[in-house]
Amino acid sequence: MSQTETRGSAVAQTTDTEQPPVDAPAGVPLDNRSGRFGDRLFSGISLAAGIVILVVLAGVAAFLIRDAIPAVVASPEELDRDTSFWGYVGPLVAGSVVASLIAILVATPVGVGIALFISHYAPKRLAQPLGYVIDLLAAIPSVVYGAWGALVFGAALVPGYAWLSEHLSFIPIFGPTHSTTGRTLLTAALVLAVMVLPIITSLCRELFLQTPKLHEEAALALGATRWEMIKAAVFPFARAGIVSAVMLGLGRALGETMAVALVLSPGPLTASLISTGNSTIPAEIALGFSEAFGIRRSELIAAGLVLFVITLVVNVLARLVVARYKDFSGAN
Amino acid sequence: MSKSIEAIDLDVYYGSFLAVEGVNIRIEPRTVTAFIGPSGCGKTTFLRTMNRMHEVLPNATVKGQLLLDAEDIYASGVDPVRVRSKVGMVFQRPNPFPTMSIRDNVLAGFRLNGIRMGKAQADEITERSLKGANLWNEVKDRLDKPGSGLSGGQQQRLCIARTIAVQPEVILMDEPCSALDPISTLAVEDLIGELKEHYTIVIVTHNMQQASRVSDKTAFFNIAGTGKPGKLIEFDYTDKIFSNPSVQSTEDYITGRFG
Ligand SMILES: Nc1ncnc2c1ncn2[C@@H]1O[C@H](COP(=O)(O)OP(=O)(O)O)[C@@H](O)[C@H]1O
Ligand SMILES: [Mg+2]
Repeated sequence: MSQTETRGSAVAQTTDTEQPPVDAPAGVPLDNRSGRFGDRLFSGISLAAGIVILVVLAGVAAFLIRDAIPAVVASPEELDRDTSFWGYVGPLVAGSVVASLIAILVATPVGVGIALFISHYAPKRLAQPLGYVIDLLAAIPSVVYGAWGALVFGAALVPGYAWLSEHLSFIPIFGPTHSTTGRTLLTAALVLAVMVLPIITSLCRELFLQTPKLHEEAALALGATRWEMIKAAVFPFARAGIVSAVMLGLGRALGETMAVALVLSPGPLTASLISTGNSTIPAEIALGFSEAFGIRRSELIAAGLVLFVITLVVNVLARLVVARYKDFSGAN
Repeated sequence: MSKSIEAIDLDVYYGSFLAVEGVNIRIEPRTVTAFIGPSGCGKTTFLRTMNRMHEVLPNATVKGQLLLDAEDIYASGVDPVRVRSKVGMVFQRPNPFPTMSIRDNVLAGFRLNGIRMGKAQADEITERSLKGANLWNEVKDRLDKPGSGLSGGQQQRLCIARTIAVQPEVILMDEPCSALDPISTLAVEDLIGELKEHYTIVIVTHNMQQASRVSDKTAFFNIAGTGKPGKLIEFDYTDKIFSNPSVQSTEDYITGRFG
C-alpha cells in the first residue's frame, strides 16, 4: 500500500500493517494502538447493545404471539361470550383510538402554541418559568392524573356535558343522555391531552429555538411580520420534528393505562362520548388482568398485541410522512 | 424607484454597549457605496440599522435619525415591517429557504406578505427576478427543485433574486461574496454593476479590490480599540479614497499598514 493511500484513508483503516508516513513527527506513532482498542471496544459495546435490544423485542413479540394465539383462534363458546375475539377487541380498539385521537387533536394546537409562545413571543423572564411548569406536568405520575380526572376534572365537566346533551344531542357523539359522574371517554381523552401536552410542548419548544437565525432573518428582511416569519422559517424547519412529537404523544396516549383505568367507568361501545360506556385496551387489561386465567388471560394478551401493532403502524406512518419531506428538510 | 439614505448623528447600541457612534452620511440614489474597515468596527451593525434589522436582536437599540429620502425610518409610528419591504438585504451567508423550491424562494417576499397572484404573473416575476440576478439560464429547468441544492454562488444570486423580486428602493449587502469562490464572486460583482441602474446599493466588503471595482463611493469605518465604539472616519469617492485619502488612518488601512 502506498504512503499517500495510507494517509488518505487512515480513519477507515482497521488493519495495523501499514507503515507510518515519512513526515510523521518522531516519537508519535500514527499507529495508535490504544486509541484503536478504544474504538473497537466501543463499537463492540454498541453492537452488543443493539443486538440485546433486538433480542428483547423479538422475545416480547414472540411471547405476545404465543400466548395470544389460543384466544384469537378460539370460538365464542370457548371464550364464554357471544362474539369471537375480534368482536371483543374491536370496540376496545375503537375506544383507544378515539380517545387518543381526541387527546392529540386537543393537545397538538395547544402544545405547539405554548411552545411558540415560549420560544418566540414571551419575554425571557416569563418564558423560562413557563417552560419549567410545562416540564413539571410531565413529572406528575399518571395515578395522580387518574385520580384528579375521576374526582375533580370529570365532575367539573358534568355541567358542560349536560349542556351538550341538551342542545346538541342530535349529534350522536353528544347524546342522548349524559353521565352524571363525568367519568366518560371524553373526560379520559381530555386527561390524556393534558398528559401528552408536556411531551409535545417541550419537544416543539426545543425545535423552535433551534431554527437557524439565518432563515428567520431572511424572512424578516423580506418584510415579514413575526407570524409570517414563523410560517416561513420556523414551521418548515420544525415540520418533521412536530410530526415526531405528535406521534410520540399519540404513542403515550394509546398506551396510557392508569389514568384511563381510573377516569373511565367502562362499558360497552357507544357512539356517545359523554355518557357512561366505552373502554380502551390498556384500561381493559389493567382492570382485568389480575383476575384473569387461562383463555381470558390469553384474550387480554391478544388485546395487548393488537395495541402493539397499532402503535407500530402509527410509527411507520409517521416515518413515511417525515420521509416525504426529506428533500425539502434543509438537511441537504 | 430608488431612494437616498441619510444618517444623522446615529448611535447604535447592543444593550448598554455603544457599538457605533455618531455616524453622519448621505448616500445618493442609484449609486453603489462600499463600507470598508477592520473587523469589529461596526460595518454590519450600521448596515443593519438601515432596514431596522438591528432591533431584531435582544436589547439592540438605535439613537438618531435615518432618512430614506425625507422620511425618518426611526420616527415613532413607522412600521419596521414596511421599512424592510422597501430596503432589501442580502446576507453574508447565502440563506435561501431550504424547504422552498427555487421558484417559491423568488416569490417568498410576496407569499410571506400573503399577496396572491395568478400563475402567469408569478411566472413573469420569477423569470424577471432570476434574469435580473443572472441566474435564469442556470435554473430555468429546475425551478421546482429545492433552492438548497444550488451551489453557494447560485444560492447567493437566488437570494439577490428574492430581494429584487419585491422591487425594493435600496439593497443592502453584507459581505455577499465572502463565502463564494472567485468565479461566483465575479458573477455577483457584475450583477451589482447592473443593479445600480435601478437601486441604491450599499455593500460591506473586506476586499478592497472589490470595493474599488464595484463602488462609486467608499466609507471607511474604524475603531479606536476593543470596547470602543466604531466610527465613520472618511466618506468620499472611491477613486479618491484609494488614491489620495484625506485621513491618515484611511491611508494606513488602504496600504495595509494597519495595526
Ligand atoms: N449580537 C451582538 N451582541 C452584542 N455585541 C455585538 C453583536 N454583534 C456585534 N457586536 C459587537 O459590535 C461591534 C461591531 O460588530 P460588527 O458590526 O459585527 O463589526 P463588523 O461587521 O465591522 O466586523 C463589535 O464590537 C461586536 O463585538
Ligand atoms: Mg460584519
